This record gives sequence, structure tokens and C-alpha cells, in this order.
Amino acid sequence: MSKRIMISTVTAIVALTAAAPAMAEKLTIGLPSEATSVDPHFHNLTPNNQISAHVFEALVGQDEKQRLIAGLATEWEAIDDTTWEFKLRKGVKFHDGSPFTADDVVCTFTRAPDVPNSPSSFGTYTKGKTVTKVDDFTIQIKTERPYPLMANDVSTIYIVSDEVGCNASTEDFNSGKAAKGTGPFEMVEYKPGEAILLKRNDSYWGEKPVWTEVDLKPIKSAPSRVAALLSGDVDMIGGVPTTDISTLKKKDGITLNQGSSNRVIYLHMDQFREDSPHVKAIGGGKIKNPLMDQRVRKAISMAISRDLIVERVMEGVAIPAGQLLPDGFFGVSDKLKPQEYDPAGAKTLLKEAGYGDGFELTIHGPNDRYINDAQIAEAIGQMLSRIGIKTKVETMPRSVYFKRASRGGEGDMPEFSFILVGWGAGSGEASSPLKSLIHTYDKDAGFGASNRGRHSNPEIDSVIEEALATVDDAKRQDLLAKATEMAIEDLAIIPLHYQVNTWAVREGLSYVPRTDEYTRADKVTKE
Amino acid sequence: MTVFVIRRLLQAAVVVLLMSILVFFGVNVVGDPVDMLVSPDADQAEIARVIKNFGLDRPIPEQYWYFLKGALSGDLGNSFIFGQPALKLIVHHMPATMELAFTALMMAILIGIPLGLYAGLYPDRMSSKAIMATSIFGFSLPTFWVGLMLIMIFAVALGWLPSTGRGDTASFLGIESSLFTRDGLSHLILPAFNLALLKISLVVRLTRAGAREAIGQDYIKFARAKGLSQSRIVFIHLMKNIMIPVVTVLGLEFGSLIAFSVVTESIFAWPGMGKLLIEAILQLDRPIVVAYLMIIVLLFVVINLVVDIIYSLLDPRVRLRDQGA
Repeated sequence: MSKRIMISTVTAIVALTAAAPAMAEKLTIGLPSEATSVDPHFHNLTPNNQISAHVFEALVGQDEKQRLIAGLATEWEAIDDTTWEFKLRKGVKFHDGSPFTADDVVCTFTRAPDVPNSPSSFGTYTKGKTVTKVDDFTIQIKTERPYPLMANDVSTIYIVSDEVGCNASTEDFNSGKAAKGTGPFEMVEYKPGEAILLKRNDSYWGEKPVWTEVDLKPIKSAPSRVAALLSGDVDMIGGVPTTDISTLKKKDGITLNQGSSNRVIYLHMDQFREDSPHVKAIGGGKIKNPLMDQRVRKAISMAISRDLIVERVMEGVAIPAGQLLPDGFFGVSDKLKPQEYDPAGAKTLLKEAGYGDGFELTIHGPNDRYINDAQIAEAIGQMLSRIGIKTKVETMPRSVYFKRASRGGEGDMPEFSFILVGWGAGSGEASSPLKSLIHTYDKDAGFGASNRGRHSNPEIDSVIEEALATVDDAKRQDLLAKATEMAIEDLAIIPLHYQVNTWAVREGLSYVPRTDEYTRADKVTKE
Repeated sequence: MTVFVIRRLLQAAVVVLLMSILVFFGVNVVGDPVDMLVSPDADQAEIARVIKNFGLDRPIPEQYWYFLKGALSGDLGNSFIFGQPALKLIVHHMPATMELAFTALMMAILIGIPLGLYAGLYPDRMSSKAIMATSIFGFSLPTFWVGLMLIMIFAVALGWLPSTGRGDTASFLGIESSLFTRDGLSHLILPAFNLALLKISLVVRLTRAGAREAIGQDYIKFARAKGLSQSRIVFIHLMKNIMIPVVTVLGLEFGSLIAFSVVTESIFAWPGMGKLLIEAILQLDRPIVVAYLMIIVLLFVVINLVVDIIYSLLDPRVRLRDQGA
């Protein structure tokens, strides 16, 4: 070897070393929930989806406010009423080095709805869609009817590779063999119940994360999670309990990041049974269900002080709600404000409706599902009792509650009369709650699946259905807002507040709060 | 002895069968797992699909029949939420719990017996009284509170030990365990101590009571008169006699350490069977609950058998025989 080559080799090595990142950066996160698998199509639920978002990507992404952004597709448009065309990103590689093309998309859409033993499949989003490959970097998705929510639905389907992912079993993903996505992190190891270890995908097409190594540890017990952060075992935690927020705020070396979520906490009222099981006349006699009267529902809404609930029960960590989604989401109405607290007006309204003496009511709610859920139910019980509606409060674990609330009564009907529930709009726009909570219960069409009060108003239904068939964004925004206004006017549900999510990070880190409640290591930055 | 063992195993089989009926029907009365599983976005068709897929639309006796058929071939059903065989999941989480229970048991023996013996031999000393008074706390303080305090003191305030989770594991003699690494041990100390606290107190009290009773008996006096050394009297003659109740209790307690370390595992985010169980209960993952309880019943039967055998080794007067047989 000649001297010159020697020297140039040495120079090259020096140059390479200098260019490499100076130090390994490791991030450890304590998560409040645990994923049941790393197969991105196994279980359609937040704890799993947030893990998938590290390793895999969908054609369309969602930013921290769930607005749609380019993902593995660079652009998309409806080329006619029932066909959407997606242009795929070029030059993207899976973690195993194979290139990303239209074939991967086509096979992903066949796998996603059809994973064996899936406890909740992605079929909800792939139903009625036919995906065809036009060329290597163009696909078309056809539906039978106009379908404006195409990009929202597509943003939930994580793309796996044609070679290793599509024919793999859930087991293959868990072992790491098939868990090859295109995302900002590569999976190193999945230890169920213990941790998910990731490393940076150095050939990621987008903005590369700061962290070369990430440990995601499920620590479900809230006090332990806080302790883990305080002791420095983890750099960041999600799901900070409201009771600890004020203490953590005062701690040096800890920063809180808070932001509103897509989850509204609301009341559903029995509006389909003249004889409702948990509504009684004063003294316990039978009574025609007063909740069917719009004025009574209005009175209930007026009797509830949302500010008091937010301030006292939620320790300030919630936002009073006047509709189905907080400001800033697609499809919300700018006319709706939270109902003013007006107990005197509520009493007058009750009298007008013929219930001047009040009646007896039981509110049912979960005690382990939403932030401070049982205490909210108790506060509402007291507020309603004050205007003469004698309210009993019954809360129970969610494992028992949701079945009874959905179909625990006679003929698989909802069992309760008056319930506290929450709804997170996974799609990040208003059609999700409108479709599931407000639209008339319709099993065949798949509407009103969570309409546990069975409120039914054909006029609202037709506006919702029109919105769901309107591809034009501006028009759809107006229709969704209109449907929301009608539903609130009708008191189909009584919105209480929007939950606020809190993350805590150690000093020097920063996280932009997400409305979808996901904790994502790639979005954690150094200050 | 062989007949004795076989007979005990047959009894165990009956107990397991009865238990399976109780548990299976019991868990199927509570709530509905479907609402825990499906995404809120799911429509009615998807909900119906999940119900059908998991056989929840079938009458419970029919579900039980399928469960029993599977169980006979070693298949205790698939977890709803993990989609994997329940048995496999439990076995996967078992080593973590075993090392925790084993360490806790060792702590109970190594701390509890010497302290108890000391308190029994010198009951009037101040230090003995202090030991006994402290042991009351071990009984009465709730585990979850002690656990959190341990974390607050040793992890948050002093920073000596990690707060939660299991450490690195290493393989030794074919066993993969965190007992074999420094990091693993440092993670193990707090949860194991938390789990052991109650058992230590129990052992202290049992040993002390035993020692107090035995010390006044004729054979001890005779041994003294014979001029045997104090250490020989205590460690050979006295110990042998007070160990029988201690072994019985520790045997049973070891079972409960393994089976119901739920609180400690939850607080310390310890990836063991207890955490698996409590999460399965909360999310109504019925196959795991059923399989878990089946395994625990078997475990208790085996532990009791082992305890009986250890008896006969400790006390030659004990013969392994069924009562009334």
C-alpha cells in the first residue's frame, strides 16, 4: 500500500469519526399504559397505536393537534366522487433495507382488518375500501359512496412491508422479526410488561429524533410513575395524576407540559323509554321519564357549574365544554359556548316543564376510566339535588360499567337512565362523536354505536349523513358545525369538560402536548 | 410414601377440577370483556365480530365444556388482550415473580429467625423488646404504603436504589434471572423487602414463641446439666424443635408470596405474574384469570406436599400417612 493511500484512508477515518454523533443520547419514558403487542394491526387501541407510531408510519400522519400531515404519502386528492388517489413518498426504506412501494400499501390494507385473535380490528377503517396499485408510487382507493374521511381513516393504518410484514403473525412482530417499519425508530426488543426498547432509524426520511436509544416502560401505578421521574429513573412520564400536578410544578428540575385532549366528558340521558328504570317520582313512585323533555335536560345542564367542577374536582386541569370537541378541531362550531351556571333559571325551567317538585334520579358512572370520574359524578349529584332533582350516585369499575351502560338492560338495551361518559375523537374531527353519540342508533348502518341515551332526531341524522358524504372540506366543516349546534340545542348530550393531558419531563427536555394522548419519543426535544 | 404422594396428587386433581368450575363460572358473571377490548370507534358490526370471535355469544356451560376439552390437552385458552396462550404468558412472567418470592423468603429466614431467636433467648433485654415492637409495624402497615415509602426514601430522597422495574438479567446454569447481575439485584432489593416485611415479622414472632416455650423444657435443662455448650443447645436441640411451625408457615407463605404479590408488583412495576393477574382482572381477560388460578391451586398442593415431606425429615416421629386411611 502506497503512502498516499494510507494517508487518505486515515483522513477519511478521521473525517467519518468527526461526523458521527458525539454521544449516545438515551431517553427513558414511563408510560401510564401498556401495549399488548407490537403488531401494529393487532389491537386498535391507544396504548398499542402510540407504540406503533414510533416504529411504523401511515400514509397520512397526524400532528400534535391531529391535523393531517404528509406521511408515507406526499399528497392525496379525490379524483372523483368515489376515488381517492395517494402519491407515495419515494426513496423511503423499511428498517430491513427494502424499499417502500405501492405493493406494501396494498398488502397492508388486506392484513390490517384480518389479524387472527384481534380483540379490536382495524376493519372499522378499511371497510368498504378497495385499494389498487396504479404504479409503484401511486395508489387509488375506491369506495362505493363519496367518502370525505378517507385521509383520516388512512392515517390509522400503519404500513408494514410486503416482504416481512404482511404474511407475518402477531408473534413474529413481538419477537422483532417482522417489526420492520419505516418510522423514526427501529425496534430492538419487546419485553412484555417490562419495556419496549428502540433505537434511532438513522436513515429516516423525515426529521431524525434526537435520541439514539429509547426505553418505553409501562408503569401503571401513578404514584410509582411520579416517583420514578423524581428519582431520575425515567426522563419523562405521561398521565401525570391531577393530585400531583401542583407539587410537581414547584419541584426544581421538572417541567410540566399540558394541553387539551380530544376527549370530552359528558352526560347521556335516557331519551327512548317512557318508563326509565332509574328515574322515579319523589318518594319512589312511577313517573313518565322527564328526561325526554328538552326543558328538563336544559335545566340539568344549567344546574351544573362547570367552572366549579374544573376548579375543585379537576384541580384546574380541564376546560369547560360547550360542544363535542375543543376549539381548533375540524368541524367544531364557533357559536357554541359552555352553558352558563344558572340554578335559578334551571328551577324555573323545571317548573315550566311540570316538574316543580323535582324527581328522583340515579347517575351512574365509571370510577377508573376518566380523570377523577367518580368525584365528577358526585359533584353533579349534589348540584342536581340543589335544584330539586334528588340524585343518587352510583359508580363502578369500567369492566362492569360499560356493559351495563351499553346493553345491560332488557333486550340488550342500555340499563341506566343518566350516565357520565367520555368520548375521545380518534379521527380528530367532529364527525366521530356525531356519528357515534348523536346519530340515531342504527345497527345496520353502523351509526350511534355509543348512543347510550338513544337520542334520535332525523333532522340531525340527515345533516350528519350529508356531512359524511361531502368531500368538500369547507362545506363539510359547516355541516358538522351545524349538526353539532342542533345536537347541543336539542340537549342530545350534556357536555361537561374537555380533559387536559399532562406530561412531566426532566429539566432540559420539552414535549409538545398532543390531543390524541400519545406519548411519542420522537417528539421529545432538548431545549 | 409413594402411595401417599400418589393419593395426594389424585386429591389435587379433584380440587383443581372443582376450582376450575368455580372460577370459570365466577369470572363469567362479572362484566363483559368486549367493552374493554374494542376501540370506542368500533361500530356494531365490529363489536358483534369480537363477541363471536371469542365465543362470548355461547352459553357459559358450553364455553366451559370447550375450556375443559382444551385444558385436558394442556391448552388453557388464549388471552383476549394478548392473543397468546394464557399458559405461555403466565410461564413467561413466572421467573420474575419466582425470584422476587425467593428473595423475600430468604430475607424472611435470614432476618426473621436470628432476630426471633435472640428475642426468645433474652426476652428481658431492651433490644428484644425493640425487635418485638418493630415487628408490630411489619404486620400492621399496609404493603402499598410501605412500598411507596421505600421508593420515596431509597430511590427519590437518597437515590441509592432504582425506583421501579426489573434490572438486567443473566443466564446461570440455564436459568435466566436478574439475581445474577448487579443491576438486577439493585432493582430487586426494594420490592423483595417490601414483600418480605410481613413475613419477617411473622417469622420473628413464631421463632420467639417457639424458643420461649422450648427453653424451659426438660430436655434443654438436661442438656445444660450435661454441660453442653450454649451454642450446641441453641442451634442443635432448640432449633430443631422450633423449626416445625416455622417451616409450615413459611411453606404456606411462600405460596402466597408467589401467588399474591400483586400489590408489590404493581407498585414497583415488576413484570411478574401478579401484575399480569391484576391487569387481567381489571380488563376482564378471563382466560388469564382462570389459567392463573388453576396454576396457583396446583402450586399450593405441591407446596403442601413438600412441606409434609420436610416435616418427616425434621421430625422422625412424623410418618407420611393419610389421616384415617
